[in-house]
Amino acid sequence: MKITLKVWRQKNASSPGGFKTYQSPELNENMSFLEMLDVINEQLANGGEEPIAFDHDCREGICGTCSCVINGKPHGPHKGIATCQTYMRSFKDGDVIVVEPFRAKAFPLIKDLVVDRKAFDRIQHAGGFISVRTGAAPDANSIPVPKEAADLAMDAAQCIGCGACVAACKNASAMLFVAAKVSHLGLLPQGQPERYKRVKAMVTQMDAEGFGACTVTGSCEAVCPKEISLDFIARMNRDYGVALLKGESKQMAGGGAG
Amino acid sequence: MTTLNSNIPSGPLAAKWESYKFNTKLINPANKRKYKIIVVGAGLAGSSATATLAELGYEVHNFVFHDSPRRAHSVAAQGGINAAKNYQNDGDSVHRLFYDTIKGGDFRAREANVHRLAEVSVNIIDQCAAQGVPFAREYGGLLDNRSFGGAQVSRTFYARGQTGQQLLLGAYSALNKMIGAGAVKSYTHAEMLDLVVVDGHAKGIVVRNLQTGEITKHNADAVVLATGGYGNVYNLSTYARGANATAIWRAYKRGACFGNPCYTQIHPTCIPVSGDYQSKLTLMSESLRNDGRVWVPKKKEDCKKAPQDIAEGDRDYYLERMYSAFGNLAPRDIASRAAKTVCDEGRGVGETGLGVYLDFSAAIARLGENKVRERYGNLFAMYHEITNEDAYKTPMRIYPAVHYTMGGLWVDYNLMSNVPGLFVLGEANFSDHGANRLGASALMQGLSDGYFVLPATISGYLASQNPGKRPATDNAAFKQAEENVQALTQKLLGNKGKRTPASFHKELGKLMWDHCGMARTKAGLERGIKLISELREEYWKNVKVSGEGTEWNQSLENAGRIGDFIELGELMCRDALHREESCGGHFREEYQYTPDDPETKQGLVNPGDVKRRDDAFAYVAGWEYGGAPDKPPILNKEPLVYEEVHMSTRSYK
Repeated sequence: MKITLKVWRQKNASSPGGFKTYQSPELNENMSFLEMLDVINEQLANGGEEPIAFDHDCREGICGTCSCVINGKPHGPHKGIATCQTYMRSFKDGDVIVVEPFRAKAFPLIKDLVVDRKAFDRIQHAGGFISVRTGAAPDANSIPVPKEAADLAMDAAQCIGCGACVAACKNASAMLFVAAKVSHLGLLPQGQPERYKRVKAMVTQMDAEGFGACTVTGSCEAVCPKEISLDFIARMNRDYGVALLKGESKQMAGGGAG
Repeated sequence: MTTLNSNIPSGPLAAKWESYKFNTKLINPANKRKYKIIVVGAGLAGSSATATLAELGYEVHNFVFHDSPRRAHSVAAQGGINAAKNYQNDGDSVHRLFYDTIKGGDFRAREANVHRLAEVSVNIIDQCAAQGVPFAREYGGLLDNRSFGGAQVSRTFYARGQTGQQLLLGAYSALNKMIGAGAVKSYTHAEMLDLVVVDGHAKGIVVRNLQTGEITKHNADAVVLATGGYGNVYNLSTYARGANATAIWRAYKRGACFGNPCYTQIHPTCIPVSGDYQSKLTLMSESLRNDGRVWVPKKKEDCKKAPQDIAEGDRDYYLERMYSAFGNLAPRDIASRAAKTVCDEGRGVGETGLGVYLDFSAAIARLGENKVRERYGNLFAMYHEITNEDAYKTPMRIYPAVHYTMGGLWVDYNLMSNVPGLFVLGEANFSDHGANRLGASALMQGLSDGYFVLPATISGYLASQNPGKRPATDNAAFKQAEENVQALTQKLLGNKGKRTPASFHKELGKLMWDHCGMARTKAGLERGIKLISELREEYWKNVKVSGEGTEWNQSLENAGRIGDFIELGELMCRDALHREESCGGHFREEYQYTPDDPETKQGLVNPGDVKRRDDAFAYVAGWEYGGAPDKPPILNKEPLVYEEVHMSTRSYK
């Protein structure tokens, strides 16, 4: 099969960008989408043109590095599948495939299809953890966790932090990502002590990063390669509401009488 | 020559770690903040070490080439993590985990390190559970276990088929807490390109910012490398595409010895290669061998038939036949070689003939499709996506692929290399797996090194260094290292060659697989060394790098890494050539059991099993850089002394 690739090229954040069109050589339908980009890039490099910059690493759908909006949809045509696990058999001979970066104000462009998603990390720095010093943990089986809670927490914890939810949202909201993180820890008994402090800190940082508000269109859930459920957003909103009602926790002085 | 002193503490094996911790010098809290430690890498070992060192009060700077620490390749580990908890009451213990690991490594690992690993394993599970890692649970709320290759107990903890991801997110959350608290400075998109050695001690690194191309110098009182393994020397592997050996290779060129580079793990259950465009091979977790049965047709002429059309009596369940005690759960090196053997006999399946069946029909009949789906659903879905085949209906086709490297920079019991102040953790070091790693032990080692071992051992070195006296970055050694990096970058960008870095990587990978793969010979390795050294010469004459140095440039990044892979590939062949024995993942065709050997006659081994030569090769090979890529490296040896375990013939029958 052969395809025509219409791809976004942009030298850096301050240069103007635009689409460029490339004809592919003969491709094998068992090639992955990223292997198709590898083939085009070898062709460009051999012809003296700069290869297309694109993010990728594990190529098995778990690291969350790959991105790309393919024919208008983050991670391409299939539900629950990341770009790196999309195969050329999903396209037909003669197709025109349009490839763009994930676009959002909070994800500044680096080059071509590569964007900077460090805002996600900064949200995690604000509260995406359970405070447990190394060595301070009790025996693992001393904290039983109901299987249902563990399974639901795992559903949320599967998030790979790729940012497709943001790219799909008309408001560029990061609610699904943050909700997955908040719910993973908030569903477990270990996560209870910091549950409300955590949700407030993470939502505050999310807003500070410039992500938009959630208007529950559900486009995030539709494109999520791990099929994270919209229910987690409802759960986070509930936790956030409770956190606001609880107000600021009183700062207690440390130390003793001695 | 360098003397490789393992610095194993004295005393009985089971008491060594406790007494070591008591005897190691501590640093008082007020002095800890005066020490700065650089950690390179943010996988399980790097993230857990960074977070823990920061909790202890050191100033820690973490560097990772990814855009986020959460993307380090530990994230891709599927199956699980071992720990000697004995929650299943099936006879497990610290000693059994220790013994299984030593035996699994074919008696080529250091006893004291492995025992410590087994001791610490139980703390890891406690730590991870407390962090909120959503391990699989039983209905009573307690932790569930599964079994893995090379063990007869169920000691593997798991989180669906994404255990590595969940453990990494746990370590990453510990790291985040310390970054948020201002105790860790995190550099992302930052690739280490040189190690700075001042007066013989590791005191800093040189880094390239992948976004801007800026090259910067960073000083420290100690440098920790946790940069993963080097299986991408083979180009096609289960590693992430970005995984590379540059940090450890540049440290090698600064004097750190490379331990056992030829010990590579070829994982038996990967999806077979489908074409020469292929960029990566996908692993199907070894946990599948708990319920899947491996077979090929007995007769060559059946190979092109649909598997359903091959009668039960015409199928050869070769692992069950050859290794009745462990069956489909035989260790990885053994299962891989057996697959190669049956395919070499012409009984392989699939279009290329390089594949064997992994069949779930018996498990589905026994447990029902739903139970199988619950256990392995995501793996079946991944298999379907890649091959367009439904493994609930037809057997999977699998074939071995490069998956892990047991070799790595040489370290002593402190995890310190022969360059004082340079520590190496996780897959980047050589220490705990000998010549073959058991499944679910890589995650264990990464977290053991990072959470528990390094934080205890590094104080011994730091106590010998005056607090607040580390060399400044205007020191001559820093300038020289920076100029070295600048010169290399300019050379790559200015080379007027004709071939892309990727084309060299493909050629190297094929050379390595053909000459230093699952079965190695003297003649093949000698030829491999010659061809790879020719490839190296051509590389520096003919490589062509696109773009500029002061911007995001993946062509330049790859060019540097592939240049290092070529040199490392040659060292791997040299190591494999010198090791005139077979052990674990290192199989030399000249050294295998024949039907006439007494061990074969006693029924301990099968003809064709690996034959060790303990009289001549019970040592760690620590290779020292010869000073230039075309000068032969120097071989140093650390003898392996077994005090507790008898070095027996490794039998899984």
